[in-house]
Amino acid sequence: MKLTLRVWRQQNADAPGAMSTYEVDGISKDMSFLEMLDTLNEELIVKGDDPVAFDHDCREGICGACSLVINGDAHGPERTTTCQLHMRSFKDGDTIDIEPWRAAAFPVVKDLVVDRTAFDRIIQSGGYISAPTGSAPDAHATPVPKPDADFAFEHAECIGCGACVAACPNGSAMLFTSAKVNHLNVLPQGAPERESRVLDMVGQMDHEGFGGCTLTGECATACPKGIPLFSITHMNKEWLRANRKDKRTAS
Amino acid sequence: MWDSTVGKKAVMATSGLVMIAYLVVHMAANAKIFLGAAGFDAYAHWLRVMGEPVLHREWGLWIARVVLLASVVAHGVSAYQLSRRDIKARPTGYVHKKPRATYATRTMRWGGVILGLFIVWHILDLTTGTVHSGFEEGKPYSNVVDTFSTWYGNVIYITAMLAMGLHVRHGLWSAAQTLGVGSRVRDRSLKAVANGLALVLTVGFISVPVGVMTGVVS
Ligand code: HEM
Ligand code: SF4
Ligand code: FES
Repeated sequence: MKLTLRVWRQQNADAPGAMSTYEVDGISKDMSFLEMLDTLNEELIVKGDDPVAFDHDCREGICGACSLVINGDAHGPERTTTCQLHMRSFKDGDTIDIEPWRAAAFPVVKDLVVDRTAFDRIIQSGGYISAPTGSAPDAHATPVPKPDADFAFEHAECIGCGACVAACPNGSAMLFTSAKVNHLNVLPQGAPERESRVLDMVGQMDHEGFGGCTLTGECATACPKGIPLFSITHMNKEWLRANRKDKRTAS
Repeated sequence: MWDSTVGKKAVMATSGLVMIAYLVVHMAANAKIFLGAAGFDAYAHWLRVMGEPVLHREWGLWIARVVLLASVVAHGVSAYQLSRRDIKARPTGYVHKKPRATYATRTMRWGGVILGLFIVWHILDLTTGTVHSGFEEGKPYSNVVDTFSTWYGNVIYITAMLAMGLHVRHGLWSAAQTLGVGSRVRDRSLKAVANGLALVLTVGFISVPVGVMTGVVS
């Protein structure tokens, strides 16, 4: 396949950026989207140009590092991560626009790479449990009802990629934060910090400059792991409960 | 509550629900116009004496007015502050644009502004009569007929009611999510209630100017 790529190029966080146009040829339908970009970069390097910077790590859809807005969709046209998107989703002769995640809380580092450490700080503010150290506890020491276990697993699937923020017209991190809060809040292991977790994580989320939720549903449509929009509803419920119950928040 | 985006949104949702509850009552009461001048004017009179003798004359009415004003202000201020924040959180748009979300969802902000302006105009038109030449204190029936005998009266009112329908459609469903009562299982019924109520309110309110225009009410 022969493709025209329009790629966001930006030297560093402070430099202005712009879309640059490139042609790539010899792309196979079986290549992943990132392999297609590798092909472009090899050509750029041979020509002595600066290769396009983009994030990636596992390339198997589990780490959450890859992050591209492809033709206006976070992670492209399929419901998966960019690394698991294949070129068979495109046609010979297509023009593809490739842009970085856009949000005030995710500043561009270079080209298509953005700084997502705001997510790390949200996790640090409450995305943990208190557990005794030492030898691992017995697997069945703490019983968890099946529906709760399923609910926790569904939310534990979030890989922290940030596609939800990229897709949201308000640059809101509500889907990510709700996945992390719900995952731990439903489990007995997460119970000791149930109130402070949701209050502190939402507080940190606001502090990082993410927008609020207007329930457009764009986040859940973009999420490669299928975290549902109702996760946000559930977190709202947890937040209101914690706010009622625990005025003396451990901040 | 007010310091958090989640808390502020809960204030917006609660005040919105108060206003929706009021709209339901207001729409049902408006239907009395089809019973003729005596019934409608008697109802307007009752509004002034409701709650008597526990409350003094017009106290009930003023309590309702204060609650509604507080709701409009709380709703408007939270909507404004959250919108400002949302716009700041996405300073750079995408070059590749796509149509996003439903029409009702995308028009919440402008629809809200239209509603805010309408509320002001509506009060000046039919409560105080400030912008209404020929307004007669204590004669609501003839004032309504008079308003809907002008083309601009009809245009302003019908446009605002269509905006209201769209706003309630997304707003009611949204408020359920914000207050944590929505869920996957309940979503179909919740959407049906939101869409149904939005439709009933819109049709109910618009039936009054249509009634006047077609001569059913005169
Ligand atoms: C002063 C005029 C008004 C303005 C500026 C306004 C603005 C807004 C905005 C910006 C939202 C958020 C939309 C979103 O989250 O996507 C909203 C939500 C809402 N509005 Fe209004 N609105 C106004 C009047 C009204 C009226 C008259 C009602 C009652 C019928 C109402 C009921 C609601 C409800 C129930 C919500 C949902 C709250 C939520 O998102 O959880 N609004 N409004
Ligand atoms: S909720 Fe989905 S889109 Fe958002 S960070 Fe987690 S996996 Fe990515
Ligand atoms: S590179 Fe790890 S999820 Fe895509």
